Amino acid sequence: MKSKLGLDFQKVEYARSLAKGIAEDVQAFVEQYTTVAVERTLCRLMGIDGVDANDVPLPNVVVETLKEKGVLSEGALFYLANAMIDTGLCPQEIAEKLSRGEIDITKVVTRDQKRIAETLQPVIDNSIERIRARRQRREHYLETLGEGPKPYLYIIVATGNIYEDVVQAQAGARQGADIIAVIRTTGQSLLDYVPYGATTEGFGGTFATQENFRIMRKALDEVGEEQGRYIRLCNYCSGLCMPEIAIMGAFEGLDVMLNDALYGILFRDINMQRTLVDQYMSRIINGFAGVIINTGEDNYLTTADAVEAAHTVLASDLINEQLAYMAGLPAEQMGLGHAFEMDPMLKDGFLLELAQAQMAREIFPNAPLKYMPPTKFMTGNIFRGHIQDALFNMIGIWTHQGIQLLGMPTEAIHTPFMSDRYLSIENAKYIFNNMHSIGEEMEFKEGGICRRRAAEVLDKTIALLEELTKEGLFTALEKGIFGDVKRPKTGGKGLQGVTMKGENYLNPFVELMKGKR
Amino acid sequence: MSEGLYSMEAKDFDKTLDLTKIKPYGDTMNDGKVQLSFTLPVPCGAEAVEAAKQLLKLMGLENPSVVFYKELTDGFTFVNCYGSCTHTVNYSSIYVPKVESKTMSMPDTDQFIREHFGRKIVVVGASTGTDAHTVGIDAIMNMKGYAGHYGLERYDMIDAYNLGSQVPNEEFIARCVELNADAMLISQTVTQKDVHIKNLTNFIELMEAEGLRDKMICCCGGARITHELAQELGFDAGFGMNTYADDVASFIVQEMDKRGMK
Repeated sequence: MKSKLGLDFQKVEYARSLAKGIAEDVQAFVEQYTTVAVERTLCRLMGIDGVDANDVPLPNVVVETLKEKGVLSEGALFYLANAMIDTGLCPQEIAEKLSRGEIDITKVVTRDQKRIAETLQPVIDNSIERIRARRQRREHYLETLGEGPKPYLYIIVATGNIYEDVVQAQAGARQGADIIAVIRTTGQSLLDYVPYGATTEGFGGTFATQENFRIMRKALDEVGEEQGRYIRLCNYCSGLCMPEIAIMGAFEGLDVMLNDALYGILFRDINMQRTLVDQYMSRIINGFAGVIINTGEDNYLTTADAVEAAHTVLASDLINEQLAYMAGLPAEQMGLGHAFEMDPMLKDGFLLELAQAQMAREIFPNAPLKYMPPTKFMTGNIFRGHIQDALFNMIGIWTHQGIQLLGMPTEAIHTPFMSDRYLSIENAKYIFNNMHSIGEEMEFKEGGICRRRAAEVLDKTIALLEELTKEGLFTALEKGIFGDVKRPKTGGKGLQGVTMKGENYLNPFVELMKGKR
Repeated sequence: MSEGLYSMEAKDFDKTLDLTKIKPYGDTMNDGKVQLSFTLPVPCGAEAVEAAKQLLKLMGLENPSVVFYKELTDGFTFVNCYGSCTHTVNYSSIYVPKVESKTMSMPDTDQFIREHFGRKIVVVGASTGTDAHTVGIDAIMNMKGYAGHYGLERYDMIDAYNLGSQVPNEEFIARCVELNADAMLISQTVTQKDVHIKNLTNFIELMEAEGLRDKMICCCGGARITHELAQELGFDAGFGMNTYADDVASFIVQEMDKRGMK
């Protein structure tokens, strides 16, 4: 491919090789550990679901028991398999008995590896088939119904009530949205469990629960069939329940997941060791389930300056790309994040934004890049905000972004009204159509602002990656390189849920799902 | 161009500004012109337009006109409307109790701290009592801030500790003492059955019983909190809707300075 910006692709490849080294370092750490969230995920893959008399999810009951007894390092599957052999019960029945205090799964006879593997096999096959069937269902819809053109129009719903969300989501789909994201309620990322059942109360969003996923999936399938266009469903595979949300999404046919440990570390103060281990398992699942992940680099520009810190976004995208490859995720499922967040009063800011968006496009040619709208400089002046969003949309179509998160004129005021979404979709559709081929028509002037900007950002990215190569990602996070936010390696939430894998530890799903379809 | 595009309404009203009777301004004093848009949960059509006009009249807007309407989805119609407001308010008699501090930018506040205290100041916040919501305290304290206003964690000269939600008042106070807090922030989101008032009162009582009330700046905040209410309950300030971290930080540092805290 020839670069429209005159990018030096040798430099790009060098940057990529640096990122790979940094990611390998992280990966070597990650593979030695498991977490309470990963183990709960395995419980769910064993078919364990539901809550006990106190509304505690049964996967939490099982994993908390192992943690209390100090044997979490051996993993949930080892104990569940032995208990299955001992009792002849299925994992769900075992979890239920455990919640009533009728069984101690750490005190059952332990069997050899072969016997354990044989016992688990049918349950594993069942879960793998369940996820595969979901994936095939999506593929069938895409073949028969088709989908909207890229950039996909991505809108959010956030009423707090899943049934009200359905009304909003269906309205959005009818107006032209391709992806509906159900924003989670404030603080869910810090819960170390996933609530159960349909929910009708939330703050600034709706609880992510498996039942809510199911309700929204059904609603989007309905409206997709009516509109003759597959509508994708997005949720948030982040926070302390990262892999659990991934598995729930895989079971219920979600299509897009925010899935970025770095975001959780920086902006939710989640412990870095915990969430990087969680991320690995969740990305394996997302890869296998055909889910597009979205990463959160755009957020760096809400705390750091968008002009000054542009290279941190690219550096992080490159690292995130390598971490995703290591979890078996193909480029086609990497919605790497970047954003339109410069001060609108900046002279020629549009050109800098344009250069960066084109640069991201050329560096990640196969990724459905996630392009975030202005948020930081949205003021409550809805009229100017609508124009800022228009400029953002121009760049989206010009540089062929994959996923266009539609900006709302009422950003910074309230979660979108039905009419806000209408105005935003109208804005995007108007521009995407009216400027459809601009990217093919226009060239970037040699030695001009755009080419110079792209080269500068790439050079700064390489310098940063070289620094990170020396220090490692963990130290970089401690130093506040991304988003100007500093996080200690042993600080933040969730560290107590991390444990080194023991002698009997097993997780056959890694091999079964990683890089597979 | 068609002359129909221009308003031919008679302009036979008093066009002098009277601060005891103000109303919106379009292009002529006292024309009362208001633009608004909203969605009605009814199908698109003449009935929807008529419903919108009737609503406008009930809002006190005369000569209502619906200039644009569009069905958003089955059973929902979006309208853009204009009308002339018939109500007036007496601007000259308005009194709004406010936090008496000048809101400064983050760098200015940091500079103010450097100059006046020469050390980092410590601010501890939480959603105390039974309240499980961190949305308010996060908006003020988290690095990312809210609506483009950076949170206190982002200030160079503030050590900000966000203790999260459902922190008992006793524990909150103990932590503040331990951390040597200069200022304490309590966020209250749930206000059902005035639970927030009980909790905030309990907090002030504890502070007084411990003899700590005058040693730290005490602020509360939340969508239903006003400065007036906060002062009534014995707090130094209250921060309600449309107030942000910079308002809170500015108040804290100026109040500390006023009290001669070092």
